[in-house]
Amino acid sequence: MPEQASKFALEVDLFYIALWLMTIFFTVGIVAAIFLFMVKYRRRHDGEIPEQIEGAMTLEILWSVIPFIMALGIFAWGAKIYHEMYTEPKEALEIFVTGKQWMWRAQHPDGQREINTLHIPVGRRVKLTMTSEDVLHAYFIPAFRTKADVVPGRYTTTWFEATKPGTYHLFCAEYCGTQHSGMIGTVTAMEPGEYESWLGGGTKEPPAVAGEKLFSSLACSTCHQADGKGRGPKLVELYGKEVKLNNGSTVTFDDTYIRESVLDPGAKIVENYQLIMPSFRGQVSEEQIAQIIAYLKSIGPKDAGATAAKPAAPAAVKSAAAKPAAVPSAKK
Amino acid sequence: MEQQKEAGTIGMWLFLLTEIMFFGGLFLAYSIYRAKYPDGFLQGSHLLSVPLGGLNTVVLIVSSLTMAMGVHYSQLGERKKLLGFLALTLVLGSVFLIVKYFEYKEKFEHHLFPAYWTYHPAADHPPTQYHGHVQVFLWIYFMMTGLHALHMIIGIALLLVIMFMAYRGKFTKEYNSPVEIFGLYWHFVDIVWIFLFPLLYLTGFHVSSGGH
Amino acid sequence: MASEVIAQTEEPRVTYLNAGHTVKSWLLTLDHKRIGLLYLFSISVFFAIGGIYASLIRLELITPQGDLMSADTYNRVFTMHGVMMIFFFLIPSIPATLGNFLLPLMLGAKDVAFPRLNLLSWYVFILGGSLMLITIMTGGVDTGWTFYPPYSSIYSNTQVTLAGVSIFITGFSSILTGLNFMVTIHTMRAPGLTWFRLPLFVWAHYATSLIQVLGTPVIAITVLALAFERTLQIGIFDPKLGGDPVLFQHMFWFYSHPAVYIMIIPSMGVVSELIANMTRKKIFGYHFVAFSSLAIAVFGFLVWGHHMFTSSQSMYAGMVFSLITYAVAIPSAIKIFNWTATIFKGSVSYDTPMIYALAFIGLFTVGGMTGLFLAALGLDVHLHDTYFVVAHFHYVMVGGAIIGYLGGLHFWWPKITGRMYPEIWGRISASIIFLGFNLTFFPQFIVGYLGMPRRYHAYVPEFQVWHILSSAGASLLAIGFIMPVVYLTWSLKYGEKVGDNPWMAAGLEWETSSPPPPENFTYQPVINHDAYEFENVKEIKEAAAREAALQTA
Repeated sequence: MPEQASKFALEVDLFYIALWLMTIFFTVGIVAAIFLFMVKYRRRHDGEIPEQIEGAMTLEILWSVIPFIMALGIFAWGAKIYHEMYTEPKEALEIFVTGKQWMWRAQHPDGQREINTLHIPVGRRVKLTMTSEDVLHAYFIPAFRTKADVVPGRYTTTWFEATKPGTYHLFCAEYCGTQHSGMIGTVTAMEPGEYESWLGGGTKEPPAVAGEKLFSSLACSTCHQADGKGRGPKLVELYGKEVKLNNGSTVTFDDTYIRESVLDPGAKIVENYQLIMPSFRGQVSEEQIAQIIAYLKSIGPKDAGATAAKPAAPAAVKSAAAKPAAVPSAKK
Repeated sequence: MEQQKEAGTIGMWLFLLTEIMFFGGLFLAYSIYRAKYPDGFLQGSHLLSVPLGGLNTVVLIVSSLTMAMGVHYSQLGERKKLLGFLALTLVLGSVFLIVKYFEYKEKFEHHLFPAYWTYHPAADHPPTQYHGHVQVFLWIYFMMTGLHALHMIIGIALLLVIMFMAYRGKFTKEYNSPVEIFGLYWHFVDIVWIFLFPLLYLTGFHVSSGGH
Repeated sequence: MASEVIAQTEEPRVTYLNAGHTVKSWLLTLDHKRIGLLYLFSISVFFAIGGIYASLIRLELITPQGDLMSADTYNRVFTMHGVMMIFFFLIPSIPATLGNFLLPLMLGAKDVAFPRLNLLSWYVFILGGSLMLITIMTGGVDTGWTFYPPYSSIYSNTQVTLAGVSIFITGFSSILTGLNFMVTIHTMRAPGLTWFRLPLFVWAHYATSLIQVLGTPVIAITVLALAFERTLQIGIFDPKLGGDPVLFQHMFWFYSHPAVYIMIIPSMGVVSELIANMTRKKIFGYHFVAFSSLAIAVFGFLVWGHHMFTSSQSMYAGMVFSLITYAVAIPSAIKIFNWTATIFKGSVSYDTPMIYALAFIGLFTVGGMTGLFLAALGLDVHLHDTYFVVAHFHYVMVGGAIIGYLGGLHFWWPKITGRMYPEIWGRISASIIFLGFNLTFFPQFIVGYLGMPRRYHAYVPEFQVWHILSSAGASLLAIGFIMPVVYLTWSLKYGEKVGDNPWMAAGLEWETSSPPPPENFTYQPVINHDAYEFENVKEIKEAAAREAALQTA
C-alpha cells in the first residue's frame, strides 16, 4: 500500500482490498475446482467417452445473477467514492495549476507561486483548478489517491484533504512527450501554521490584484465599464450568474466561459452585444487568464463562495483573513 | 448461383454497415462542433452555394431512379434498356462531380480551403471574427463532401465495369446480381448526400432568409 | 488409406500443401488454408518485432535512472511495441490464421465466401505492415499506441502521419476479413449444419467479425482526421485551433475498447474447442457460451467511456459507462463457469493444448477480475494510467489472447501440417510461459497500486524491486515464446506423422484428412448432429473396440 495521506486514501484502500479478496476467492475457487476435476476425472483409457451433460438452467441463472448482484455492489461503492471526489467542495483553498511540457506551475490565492512542488495545509480542503498550455497531462498524487487529467482548452478540477504532514510524490500520469517521466515533483503537506509562514516568504501579488492590473493594461476596462455603459457587457457582480446569449441560450459566467471569451470572443456572444472584441490568444498566458478570472470573481456578488458553483478564492481563505491583500473587493 | 447472389448481397449490406460507421464518425464530429460553434456553422454555410448544392441533390436523386430502372431491366434481361439507364446514371454521376469540382475550385480561389497555408478568407466574407470557427466548419465540409466525392468516383469506376459487362452481354434474367449489388452501393452514396446537403448547405438558409 | 494407384506411382496424396510448390502458387493462392499460413508467417514476424521492443522496455526498466537509452528512444520503443502487438499481431492473430484455416473446414465448405477478397485482405495487411516497417525505419512514433492529440497531432515530430496511414490501411484488412467470415457463416454452412450445431469457435468468430465490421471504420476515420489535422493544421482535436482533444478519446475508444474483444473473443472460441475435445465433453451450457460471445460483442460497444473516468468527461457519463461495464463482465463470467463445469466428470487429457486452456481460464479470471477494479469509478481514479492498467491489460491480452492462440496452434498443428509437435517440449514451454508470465506481470499490479505511472522512462527508486522481478519474468517469458518457434519449425520436417485425427476430436475439420486436400472435403459433408458428439468420432470407437478386444483376450 502506498502511504495514506488524504481523506480518500483509507476508503479507496479498503475498496481495493475488498476487490482483491473477491478476486482471490473466485480465482482460487476456480483453479481448485479445475485441479480437482483434472485429477479425479483424468483420462483412464483411450476409448473413454464420459457421460454427457447438456447444461443446467438453474446453475446458469445462479452464476449469472449472483455475479451481477456483486458487480452492482462494486459499482455502487465505486460510484460513491467517485461522487465524493468529483463533487466540488463548498469551501476550499483554491490553487491554480498549469501543466506545461514538462513542468507543473502552481499559484496560491495569495499570489505565492511554485514550480514542480505544491505546498498545502493539512486538514483543509484544497481544490485545484487546472489547465494545460500544450498537451494532455494528468495530476497524480498517489498518496492522496487522486488524479485528474489536465486538458488544454478547458479547466479541470480535483480536490483532496491531506491528513498527514509529509512530502509525497507528484507524477504526471498522462503521457505528454519526451520528458514525460521527468514531469514529476513533490506535494508537501504542512501544519496550517507552517503553511502560513511558508506563504509569508517572498514578495508577491495576489492573482486578483494582478488580474485587476491586467484588466486595465489590456484595455478590457474601456469596453467592460463598471456602469454598464461600455461597448461590452458589465462584468461587475456577474460571476456565477446566468448570462443570456444572442442565440437565445444561456451560459453561466464562470471560469470556463471567461477563459473562452478571452481567447475566443466569438464563441458565445451576450445578448444585445456585437462581436467587436478581439481575441487575446497568444497575448495572455494561462496564468494571466486565471488572474483575470480571480479579479472578476473578486468583483462578483458578495455571497461568492456560498454556493458550490463558485467557491471564490478570497472568501475561502479563512485563515488568511489577516491578509487584506487577498481580498481585493475590500480594497476597492 | 443462388448462394453466390445471397453471399454478394449480404456482403454488400455488411459493407454498407461499415460505411455507415465510417461516415458516422464524421456526423458525430459535425454535431459536436455545430453545437460548439453555432455561429461559425451559420456563417460557414453562407459560403456554400445552395443552387449548386440543390442541383446536385436533384441530379443524384434522379441518378438513383435511373439506377433503379437499370436494375429493373437487368432483371427482365433487356440488355439495351439496361445499358441505356446505366449510361444515364453515369452521365448524372459525372455531372455531380463536375459541379462539385467547380464548387471546390471556387473555394480554393477564395482561399477557403482550411489548410493553414492557404486559408485566408476575404476580410468580411465571412466576418473576420468568425474566421476560426468557419475554418472548423470548412474542414468538416471538405472532409465529408470529399469522402462522399471519393465514393462517387469509385462508384463511377465500378459503373464502367458493370457497363462493360452489360455490353458484353454478361447479364441475363438469371444472372444479374452484380447490377443489383452495385445498385445498393449507388443508392447508399446518394443517401449520404441527402444527409449532407441540408446539414452543410441549408444550415444558414432559413435563418438568413428569416432575417438575422 | 492411399489407394493402390497412388502407391504405384509413388505420388503422395494431394494436399493443400503440396498442390503447388512455386512461390507464385503461394502468393496468388485463393485457398483459405494457404492464406491462413501466409498470415501465420506475417504475424509471427510482427510478433517477433513487438517482442524485441518488449525486451528493450524490460531491459531499460531494470534500473530506475533510465540509463540504457534516451527518453526519446524509450518513448518510441514502447509506442512501437504497442502498435506492433495490437494492430499487427493481436487483432489479426486468431481470426486471420486459425480462423481463416478452420472456419470453412468447420462449416463443411470448400472455401470462404469470397476467396479473392480473402487474398486481397492479406495484401492490404502486408501493405499496411510494410508502411509500419518504413515508419520504424524512418524513426518510429513516440505518441503511445493511443495517439492522443494534441501531442500526436501538433507536438510530436515523429512519423505520426505515416503510422496513421498504415493503421488506416490495415483496418481495411480487418474489415474485409470480418465481412468475409460473416457472409461465409451465413451462406456456406454444409447441409444440416444449423446455427446451434455450429462449433463455439464459429460463434466466437461471428461475434468478432461483427465488431470488426462495425468498429474498425470508426478508428479509420479517426486516424484519418488525425493525419489531416497534422498535415493541414486544421482544428479537429487541437483546442488551440478550435478542436476538442476529448472527442478524439471518445472516437478512439469507441473502436479500441471493442477491439480488445476482437482480440479476446476468438481466443475464447479456441478455448471452448480445446476444453470440449480434451475432456471429450459437450460444452456445458452451449447456448449460454454461444450467446455470451454475441453479448460481449454488442455490449462492448457501449463501454468505451470507462477509459476516460479522469479525462474531464462528466461524472454522470462516467457512472453510466461504469454500470454498463459491469454488465459486460457477466458474459465473461458465464463462460468461465461453463468451461469449469465442462471439465466436471470429463475424460481429461493432460496434453499441451489442455495445459494452455487451463492456463487461459486461470489467467483470464485474474485479468477479467482486475478489470472490475478499473471499472470501479472511485478506484480507477487512482489506478488509471498506472502499471495496474498495464498488468490488467497484459493478463487479458497475453494471459488470454496469446495463451489461447498458442493452445489453438498446438491443437490444430497436426491438422495444418500432418505432423505432431514434440509433446514433452510443448508441456515444458507452456509451463515456462505460465510461470514467466506471472512473474512478469503480477508485480506490475503491485507497483501500479503504489503509484508507478505507465510510459515512464525513469522512475523513483522505491519501485525498482518490482521492476527487477518483472524484468526477470520477462526473460523467462521470452525463452518460453522462443521454444515453440523452434520445435514447431523442427516438427515441420521431423515431427511424427500422425493420422487425420490424433486427438480423437469431434468436429468437421477432423473428419477430412490431415493436412486437408485443396478442396477441403472429397465428399459433401452432411450434418445430422450437434457439435461435440463424441459417440460419432470413429477414432474413439476404434480405440474402444481395441481395448475391448484386449480385455477379452
